[in-house]
Amino acid sequence: MNIVIMGCGRVGARLAGLLDKDGHKVTVLDWDAYSFRRLPPEFGGQALLGNGLDEDALKRAGIEEADIFVALTQGDNRNIMSTQIAKHIFNVPRVVCRIYDPLRRDLYETLGLEAISPTTIFADIFKKKLESTG
Amino acid sequence: MYIMVIGGGQLGYYLARGLLDEGHEVLLIEKDAKTCEKISQDMGGICLRGDGCETVTLEKSGTARADMFIAVTGDDEDNLIACQVAKHKFKVPHTIARVRNPKNESLFKKLGINVTVSSTRIILEHIEREVPSHRMAHLLTIQDKGLEIVEIRVPEGSRAVGKKVNELPLPEGSILSLIIRAGKKPLVPNSSTAIEAQDQIIAVASPESEEALRTALVG
Repeated sequence: MNIVIMGCGRVGARLAGLLDKDGHKVTVLDWDAYSFRRLPPEFGGQALLGNGLDEDALKRAGIEEADIFVALTQGDNRNIMSTQIAKHIFNVPRVVCRIYDPLRRDLYETLGLEAISPTTIFADIFKKKLESTG
Repeated sequence: MYIMVIGGGQLGYYLARGLLDEGHEVLLIEKDAKTCEKISQDMGGICLRGDGCETVTLEKSGTARADMFIAVTGDDEDNLIACQVAKHKFKVPHTIARVRNPKNESLFKKLGINVTVSSTRIILEHIEREVPSHRMAHLLTIQDKGLEIVEIRVPEGSRAVGKKVNELPLPEGSILSLIIRAGKKPLVPNSSTAIEAQDQIIAVASPESEEALRTALVG
């Protein structure tokens, strides 16, 4: 599958590496070239410098042929905006974004976006872990 | 009217002040504590510290009864999301977003924001108008109709000079509305009005026909 990942942080780079290993065609977009150092050495996909909120940059990243778009930048609003661009402008079949702020759940549900909030997930994991060993 | 303003920078500050002077109920939401304090000192307790994109903040500030919601922070994505929350979650009838990157203007519209104001484009247009060699300036965009009102200055030596309006290769949908000549009263041209050099023409055109209109009068 064609997958475009916006944001090459720790999670973005790791996800890109895993999907590339599984044989998908992966393109990672980030506005800071330095962040591409996080990609594994054997990464066979494309690393592209550009702003994921810019339609032209997204086109260069091949969003028009993408099956999946994932937004993993540090900014919740940036992630929400770019997934909306992917979904509504480029009609990407599946879009997923990370949203740190769990309070925005209402919003992304209203907007019909698929989102994962690591904040709630980690808090739950930690709580379970503490309870089980305590 | 109850008007909410998101972002307490220069734009938000003077906007809030103007709206207060007009007698509106205004609430400004600003993230930065210091900026917020300064605004409250200057204008009374109209500033709430918080994130204008957060449902919780908007809930406690009574967004559901707001008549108008204006997002003027320096970040396009924040303005977009704040307006979307106001519109979809709190059903605010009128939302306005400031856009810094002119590219985002059409995008915001596609994503459902009623009105966008591109600060960058407005500043550019004002500067363009002051450049003497600039032959065409945008005066106004009629957003929902896809029309622009432009000003064109006819230079000496233009092919249009001496021709009547009905002899000009004007693009379809464009209308010459007003001709301003030095030392004369502004006139509304008809099909037999002849164009003179140095005419200042106010015209209506679609963004697509703009270039053809320019060529017809300037080239």
